[in-house]
Amino acid sequence: MDSSEPQPLPCPVTIVGGYLGSGKTTLINHLLAKADGSRLAILVNDFGDLAIDAQLIEGQEGDVINLSGGCVCCSYGNDLTSALMQLNVNDIDQVVIESSGVALPGAISSSLSLLGGYVVSSVVVLVDASTIQQHAGDKYLADTIERQLASADLIAMNKCDLINDEKKREIHDWLRRQYTACKVIEVQESEIPKVLVLVASTRTKPDNRSIQGTDHDASIYRAFTLSLPEKYDVSVVAEKLAYTGNGLLRVKGFVEDLNGVMQTLQMVGSRWSVQPAPQGVSSGLICIGLSKLCDEDQVKKLLEKN
Amino acid sequence: MITIYAARKIITMNPARPTVTHVAVRDGLIIGAGALAELEGFGEHAINNQFADKVIMPGMVEGHSHAVEGKWWKYVYCGYFDRMDPHGKVWSGLQSIESVVERLKQQDARLTDPDEPMAGWSIDPIYYPEKQVTRHDLDRVSTTRPIGIMHASGHIMNTNSRALELAGFLRSGIEHEGMPLGEDGLPTGELRGPDIMMPVGNHAGFDSNLFDFDEEGLIDFGKLCVRKGVTTATDLAAKLADEVVDVGVRVTARDDFPLRLMPFRFHHGLTPNELLDHVLELKQHSTDRFRLGRIKIVADGSIQGFTARVKAPGYYNGAPNGLWYIAPDQMLTIYELALQHNIQVHTHTNGDEATDLAIDILEKALKKQPTVNHRFTLQHGQLINAAQFKRMAALGFCVNHFANHHFYWGDEHYHLTVGPERAERMNPCRTALDNGIPLAIHSDAPITPIGPLFTAWCAVNRLTSSGRTQGEYEKITVAEALYAITIGAAYTLQMDDEIGSIEAGKRADFAILEDDPTEIDPVKLKDVRIWGTVQDGRVFDASAI
Repeated sequence: MDSSEPQPLPCPVTIVGGYLGSGKTTLINHLLAKADGSRLAILVNDFGDLAIDAQLIEGQEGDVINLSGGCVCCSYGNDLTSALMQLNVNDIDQVVIESSGVALPGAISSSLSLLGGYVVSSVVVLVDASTIQQHAGDKYLADTIERQLASADLIAMNKCDLINDEKKREIHDWLRRQYTACKVIEVQESEIPKVLVLVASTRTKPDNRSIQGTDHDASIYRAFTLSLPEKYDVSVVAEKLAYTGNGLLRVKGFVEDLNGVMQTLQMVGSRWSVQPAPQGVSSGLICIGLSKLCDEDQVKKLLEKN
Repeated sequence: MITIYAARKIITMNPARPTVTHVAVRDGLIIGAGALAELEGFGEHAINNQFADKVIMPGMVEGHSHAVEGKWWKYVYCGYFDRMDPHGKVWSGLQSIESVVERLKQQDARLTDPDEPMAGWSIDPIYYPEKQVTRHDLDRVSTTRPIGIMHASGHIMNTNSRALELAGFLRSGIEHEGMPLGEDGLPTGELRGPDIMMPVGNHAGFDSNLFDFDEEGLIDFGKLCVRKGVTTATDLAAKLADEVVDVGVRVTARDDFPLRLMPFRFHHGLTPNELLDHVLELKQHSTDRFRLGRIKIVADGSIQGFTARVKAPGYYNGAPNGLWYIAPDQMLTIYELALQHNIQVHTHTNGDEATDLAIDILEKALKKQPTVNHRFTLQHGQLINAAQFKRMAALGFCVNHFANHHFYWGDEHYHLTVGPERAERMNPCRTALDNGIPLAIHSDAPITPIGPLFTAWCAVNRLTSSGRTQGEYEKITVAEALYAITIGAAYTLQMDDEIGSIEAGKRADFAILEDDPTEIDPVKLKDVRIWGTVQDGRVFDASAI
């Protein structure tokens, strides 16, 4: 056992945004169903359609429901800050906040940055592909939708099964043109692979678990490993990976920096972070990207020094 | 037992007999208002001359207040204007930062533990030449105890260094639009918005349930209402958790509790269906003095906070449009469900875009659930224009305007938020009445002090705190203002069959006045002296509570 207790890392927070009906709750339900040992704190505006298996409920105190397996669900109403302050971060691997339909994820992210113990790992904004054009043109909603999308690291075009291919292309192109700093994926029934949304399985121990072989569909997403034999300017590496043109959606692993110190690199959508790595890990990155856009060789070339 | 009260004058608000000399009361009910000889016909009675030299008007109805005002008085009052506390003490307004610091120092000297937190409320730095208060100002009071002072608007807080430090905010590198930084790169101690107020406020001694009344606070709120002639008030937006409802039912049932309270369930944190279920359940617990079963929706933010949703041309200073606090589709579902179940909804709309939305949505909802006499009401509706009133009239919308804004923030609106033209037509009571809209006016206590006669004075004179008349055209008469604080407000609460006027069959709710509001110079309406109230036939002497 390591004698020097490592400083606990801040608890990663995923903010799930999007207008009413975009599929946020369905996504949350998938995450809960596939929590798979990771202790999630799910913060929702209201319990509403949250599918909590009654058999898993260990207890409820007011707005907080404790589930077996270490997950907790909390309805925060209009006071998200208090809800976050009351969470015991030591018992949680990851927080997922479902913002209300008109909330601005950017504002939540900004307030969160002030609270000690948390770090935003990604802002995922869902859109209902069958209604987004109508909402984006609505006189009451247009600017709210625009501000929500502008704050996203990953936009999930949801309910793609409800529209034809032509429409899908049109919306996809519009989103990519409009929100150039953000990555866009197409899904249906909110089936965003868990690995694209969550960053941690366990937070306090070095995480050697692969992010491969999980719940993503190999025909849509491609996963591969990059070995990184040299020393790198880690921020430069991260920025290249986060560039929206390369089709990469999720990167996780360890890179040795120019001073020879091992760093953990996390990327979700277009957001990345670099932190000192736990001891005893070896370098290498696990990458997941869109099969049709993302090519292993191209990514490798990206990282070659020029 | 029949009691016949004699008065110098009784203003009934019943147009058929506008003033009378006597009112007969039996078991908390008015059995007649008229001449003594008329009332004697009811049979055996006692004459009560206690009010023989006073003026009686209907108990005033505050259609938009929050009962937490009672609780907030346990914090140190730091407002710019004189304000009366529940015990009748008038706290002088603090007209410089120096005087704020002085008052806090006095409180500091009373506390023995140097680390004990200190909370204050109602500060409004826009009135000070410095325009802002910093942690350094408050550090002069104490560097050991955390101090937090809430602004009058309720949306901003000032703190000292110790409070910031305890919350972990006294550090460089903070980037947040709600937390301005000083030249040293550290926060100035001003915190804008509830998200960042509460983490510090908790250290400074504010309750985490800042907007829920407690037992002592509710009793104090009742006292404040007696002093202001109010016999029915709303608690407009409450979560109404079981324990809060228990306190409300119990306290209001006390023989010496002088008020009928009408709490509205706040929409936030529940789905529309959950909201309706909760309200229908709450309705079962409703009592005579604790009327449950209504909904409050908040559609947008505030104009002075630039969070209200405004239409073109937008904010005068170019600030971006504000925020929605509810999704339009959710509002539609709530309206439809509420109409279906005969549940009344009041909707906060400050900006004119929010008002447009509420009108569009009620129009849609009524097509699906045709309903007469729903009395849905827009609260504040500060920027409603004539075209909107015409649509509102067609749909049966009522309005409750925030008349006190003219005085407290009128200058701010004129110079900064919406500019001269729209500032002159804010809270347009004249246009509302001319379009046949049922009208109430309010204080939004504790944002501004509860006191319907002051609110009436604001609507009649439209004077700003700097002494300018803002919007001559939108003034209403004293008679119209008295309507708005009695039967008009009662109508918006579906209570006009019980309260709001003095006539046979209504509840014996009176405001007992020393001066006659219909005789006094309208510019002195706010100075009418109030003796106390009669609520449900029970006499409450303000000097003895």
